[in-house]
Amino acid sequence: MSNKSYINRPNRPLQIYAILFLVFLYAPVMFLPLFSFNDSIYVRFPLNEFTLKWYGELFHREPVWNALMNSVKVGVATAICATGLGVFAAKAITRYRMPGKAPMVGFVMLPLVVPGIIFGVALLVLLSQLGVPLSLYTVTIGHMIICLPFSIATLLPRFEGFDGSIEEASADLGENAWWTFWRVTFPMVFPGILASLLLTFTISFDEFIMAFFLTGTEPTLPMYIWGQLRFPQEFPSILALASMIIAASFVIVFLGQWVNRDSAFAAAKKGD
Amino acid sequence: MSEQAFISIQNVDKYFGKFQAIDDVSIDIGHGEFFSLLGSSGCGKTTLLRMLAGFENPTNGEIYIDGQPMSSVPPHRRPVNMVFQSYAIFPHLNVRDNIAYGLRKQKLSKAKRYEMVDEMLNLIALPEYGDRKANELSGGQRQRIALARALILKPKVLLLDEPLGALDKQLREQMQLELRALQRQVGITFVFVTHDQEEALTLSDRIAVMSEGRVLQLDTPSGLYERPRSREVASFIGTMNFFEAKVREAKGPDLVVEAEGLGTVRGNSGERHFAEGDTVQVAIRPEKFQLSEAKPNGGDPANAVQGRVGNAAYLGERSHFFVEVAGGGKPIAVSAQNKGVKSSSDDTAEDVWLSWTDDSVVVLATD
Repeated sequence: MSNKSYINRPNRPLQIYAILFLVFLYAPVMFLPLFSFNDSIYVRFPLNEFTLKWYGELFHREPVWNALMNSVKVGVATAICATGLGVFAAKAITRYRMPGKAPMVGFVMLPLVVPGIIFGVALLVLLSQLGVPLSLYTVTIGHMIICLPFSIATLLPRFEGFDGSIEEASADLGENAWWTFWRVTFPMVFPGILASLLLTFTISFDEFIMAFFLTGTEPTLPMYIWGQLRFPQEFPSILALASMIIAASFVIVFLGQWVNRDSAFAAAKKGD
Repeated sequence: MSEQAFISIQNVDKYFGKFQAIDDVSIDIGHGEFFSLLGSSGCGKTTLLRMLAGFENPTNGEIYIDGQPMSSVPPHRRPVNMVFQSYAIFPHLNVRDNIAYGLRKQKLSKAKRYEMVDEMLNLIALPEYGDRKANELSGGQRQRIALARALILKPKVLLLDEPLGALDKQLREQMQLELRALQRQVGITFVFVTHDQEEALTLSDRIAVMSEGRVLQLDTPSGLYERPRSREVASFIGTMNFFEAKVREAKGPDLVVEAEGLGTVRGNSGERHFAEGDTVQVAIRPEKFQLSEAKPNGGDPANAVQGRVGNAAYLGERSHFFVEVAGGGKPIAVSAQNKGVKSSSDDTAEDVWLSWTDDSVVVLATD
């Protein structure tokens, strides 16, 4: 049988469009690593010698490491909290009949489309009214708001992908809700949980606007980078730092997608 | 609640919002009985089963199992286990761990647990399958694993939600026999939900025929088939010929009626009593008619009518004929066993006599 049916025959304009799209998306980003290996403090062509000194210099700067650790702390806390809440939310959305479910889900997912600056300002106003001092904790709260919809969106297909009667079977065989969760639900959605942890960590790690409003005296890494942009002599090592962050982000997100790769198939096999 | 009833469903209603899924159902099921809930989809049979399992609670009424009211008992504390329509095999566990799933609370040694699982694997005739993954099983095997997983807990009642629905015809018939044998072997009460009337007749001690949330008739398989109490039940189970009729004489349940197309018919209306002049329906199964070429003069010569064979279908062991009679509406369906050797020339339309006996006549109220 011919594999060139209407739906899968090659489509040259579409291929070109796809390539242009990816170039447009990622070419600017590629300038960061390019100039981070360039032996000049000015970002301009032609390139000078190849060098690793900006990377070397990075390792001797105490504040960079402090900022990095701050971001990791916030990222880990955000990932765990957002994913934990996301698991409950996804389970409730897929399993329970409740009045007003659709609008409720809509509100939970809203931070995906509401600009971070709105939430940032709103939280800042609220927290200062309450007299809560700004710190890494307040940044974590802000990041949780942003990350929760991503966590739910990652977990929902996992929960939708398995037949609810599997949980009923567990109850029927004598296990209460707690044990049913640990013996059935958790192992079945585990890849989704892992993917959600990785994704929310990455989002929190890169996040700037919320951090800008909510950081106290300890800057997160994006905040630190932004602060350094005023000093031209620091710029190349910022490029080096940014390159490393991009590389790490790619690895983490791809890892997350890979772990969760069969969730689409799980949904198709429902009722099997 | 009667003395012997092991499961007693008493005046149960169930509403989903404004929709009434179950309408005042009362059923008593005895110990060790193979009981079926039969009905087309949406008749409430699965809802009733899920209420026995505890996944739904009755809006009104109460369900007793072994004398205990069940309303406040959650699914994991009920003395019942269920075989789900989708089987609900745990996909992340192998066959052994699937079957042993419910044993956690019994705090058994691993050796004892494995021994019990192996016993179950033997019972379901899959002895070497303990280490198989759930996704390596066929439909029939999954069905048996689901059965073993429930039976290992020695429930007082086993609930089965159309467990054979997903299997092909041959496997289904084989599993029907195995299921029935298994039920006799373990001796526990089975409550079986199905939309397949043949399956229900084959397997059950008693059947409740349901429609729109109500029980239409609760009877033995032969009772349902031979003495249906309404047109709905009569046409749901098997094929039935209906004739409009008027009561001429009534003596308790014994009636003489004038039926359209059949003439004078004697019959029994069971528990329903009719008076002279009432409009009724006469129902006769296709295989209760005798076909003959000559006017039947043995036994009861009055119960006969002449007609013409319209359509005929040869089905191997039996043939179906549609016989048109004078003054009758729809052609009468007649089913006859093919005892002699049949040649194709017999299929042409011909004049025949139909005869029947009094005890094959069922008199029903008009709808």
